[in-house]
Amino acid sequence: MTADVAGPVRSAAVRAWRGVRWYLREWSGEARWDDYLAHCAAHGHQPVSRREFERRRADERERNPVSRCC
Amino acid sequence: MSTTVSRPDTDGGPPGGTGRRRPTLKSTLVWTAVAVVGAVAWTVLALSRGESVSALWMLFAALCSYAIAYRFYARFIAYRALRVDDRRATPAERLHNGIDFDVTDRRVLFGHHFAAIAGAGPLVGPVLAAQMGYLPGTIWIVVGVIFAGAVQDMVVLFFSMRRNGKSLGQMVREEIGIVGGVAALIAVFAIMILILAVLALIVVNALAESPWGVFSIALTIPIALFMGVYLRVLRPGRVLEATAIGVVLLLLAIVGGGWIDNTGLADALTLSKEWLVLALVVYGFVASVLPVWLLLTPRDYLSTFMKIGVIALLAVSLLIARPVLQADAITDFAREGTGPVFAGSLFPFVFITIACGALSGFHALISSGTTPKMVAKESQVRLIGYGGMLMESFVAISALIAAVVIDQGLYYAMNAPAGVTGGTPETAAAYVSGLGFPTSAADLAAASAAVQEPSLISRTGGAPTLAVGISEIFSNAFGGNLQAFWYHFAIMFEALFILTAVDAGTRVGRFMLQDTIGNVWKKFGDLSWRPGNIIASAIVVGLWGGMLYIGVTDPLGGVNQLFPLFGIANQLLAAIALTLCTVLLVKHGKLKYAWITAVPLAWDLVVTMTASWQKVFSDNPAIGYFAQRNRYATALDNGEVLAPAQDVGQMQQVVTNSTINGVLQAFFALLVVVVFVNALVVIARAVRARGPLPTTEEPAVPSRIVEPSGLFATAEEKQAIAEHERLVGAGAGARGQGTFTEEGPAR
Repeated sequence: MTADVAGPVRSAAVRAWRGVRWYLREWSGEARWDDYLAHCAAHGHQPVSRREFERRRADERERNPVSRCC
Repeated sequence: MSTTVSRPDTDGGPPGGTGRRRPTLKSTLVWTAVAVVGAVAWTVLALSRGESVSALWMLFAALCSYAIAYRFYARFIAYRALRVDDRRATPAERLHNGIDFDVTDRRVLFGHHFAAIAGAGPLVGPVLAAQMGYLPGTIWIVVGVIFAGAVQDMVVLFFSMRRNGKSLGQMVREEIGIVGGVAALIAVFAIMILILAVLALIVVNALAESPWGVFSIALTIPIALFMGVYLRVLRPGRVLEATAIGVVLLLLAIVGGGWIDNTGLADALTLSKEWLVLALVVYGFVASVLPVWLLLTPRDYLSTFMKIGVIALLAVSLLIARPVLQADAITDFAREGTGPVFAGSLFPFVFITIACGALSGFHALISSGTTPKMVAKESQVRLIGYGGMLMESFVAISALIAAVVIDQGLYYAMNAPAGVTGGTPETAAAYVSGLGFPTSAADLAAASAAVQEPSLISRTGGAPTLAVGISEIFSNAFGGNLQAFWYHFAIMFEALFILTAVDAGTRVGRFMLQDTIGNVWKKFGDLSWRPGNIIASAIVVGLWGGMLYIGVTDPLGGVNQLFPLFGIANQLLAAIALTLCTVLLVKHGKLKYAWITAVPLAWDLVVTMTASWQKVFSDNPAIGYFAQRNRYATALDNGEVLAPAQDVGQMQQVVTNSTINGVLQAFFALLVVVVFVNALVVIARAVRARGPLPTTEEPAVPSRIVEPSGLFATAEEKQAIAEHERLVGAGAGARGQGTFTEEGPAR
């Protein structure tokens, strides 16, 4: 494979990988921590620890059960 | 921040405008080609008799039909009838709190919604309905989803979204009336209990006498506990890491099951159905009272990843293996109604055996409640509601294919109740050959040896059959001598998400019960009151556990007896949902579009009421629960024992079970009639009013965010988003921002 073909192929692969990673992080809720940090930075808040943050999200889930269908 | 930008009419149709564009030549050619391929595929399926037909025709017929329906019909409903309006803010935007109201990327929400609606239903129903042949099931799955199932999901999602994500029960109470509302609430709760019992029954039937299966499934509990602790204590929030570890452990558990098969542990793990019922009931209770982070949440991650992975793998391997259909297009059982898997003729029983995948009332509970609070743009209900259901329908088609490409002698030996197969390869081979599907005891024994199960005779419930089909397709596609591994892989995947549905369902049922009783006894409604949690959990588990026990010990075969009840109940829930949709269309002054939900409603009522009528009043003991009861009660009075019952105790059991099933059946149908009659009154009032009636729809508020409507953003949409970002500056969109207080996520 010559370099001028490998370039676009590689960049397409990188883009696909980034897309999958973005999707999985959004879907699983991992990205919520990044959003929170960005929010705190934008508003000059002191963020809580990740442990504390995830604990609160888990408590929320405790109160709002999700249904799973048949 | 306060700039309001309305999205241009990129989809051509209204909101607001009439700017329909002429289709381009390219789009005309593409859609003509899709239509032609679909038509050819349907023709091949419909006309071939006795030739060898590739299963891929089923796949193509379905996919082409879905594409056309999504492109044209779903769009018509969204833009013409519902008039989705992207200039209007959704509850996710208006009430954004970063918790339940949260603007979510449409592709991510599609994933969440699909994971919530798709479970074991679309895998099991089609397998059982395969006894009618491949054609009736295929037609109903495809036509049903296009005109009923996907329509229901999308319209309920839309109306709930316009009402801040109100639940189905709440909407029925407020829009139809208190009588209908109470009936709907009872129906939802009762149907949920029944669904949990039938799902658990499928797991029991898949795991009984299977040490390999029991070993792997049992290990999912410590694996989930480990993931829970990992996410809570060791590395908080690293979901993908924890899930990857969990999936690897899960695969090891399946491989490990093969090893223990030849050790002393195998005997200890060969559990009877009764013991499995006890284990499931204890598990369900514990899961319902434990904190969700410990067991439920990690389990849910595992099961969702497995679900999506296996479905994708199945689609790919079907293309590689290209199996040939073994079943007839339409079997004699379809005409005569004498099939061993479930009794009754094609109409109405094919349409209730396949509920999930074609029309599933349970989805209305998910389309109202969780999902509508997360939709970013109104037009996205087409992708999420209609598209999500098309995807589930595709799963159902894949499951049907897996059941009709295996040897049909084996299919009937696995799916006929033990009462008629006799339970051994010799008796089963004789019985099945007598049905007209020649097979031999050696063939049946070889089939169970290939998947390393002690026996495959009368492994009813659909899950083992599907696992055999999947293991054959995967082995053909990927080679290697791995059929036993793939079989247990498939069993594990089904059991995993059935158990997730069972523990999530138990919890939801418990919340419903606490909420309802909380109206009269305030303390009981307090979700943090421990005794309340324990009592409510025990009641819910006791109810489905009781039904499960009845099914497991039924001498006539639990699946054979309970599955029709389950299918009818699910479709009756759909009748309630479609009734609500029709009422709302009329109340909003859209009488001329009311047929969109009224036609599937009429069909659904005809099917479910005919089926209910037959199950209650038929004088054929194979179909009517009370005729069955009378037959066994009379024999009991005369001191006779009727096969397949073996003693007086079993005779009494049949009498009791038939009575319970018959009463439940009549009760469900009655509840739906109540809702429907109440709705007719409201519709009559609305029609007489000759104009829109007041509803609980929230007033329009202009939207400030711009998002694409379909899966892929069009060029115009990308331009509109860029324009919007230029106007309001970076970070103005609500997505991903969350509302946070200084202490963390807002409450």
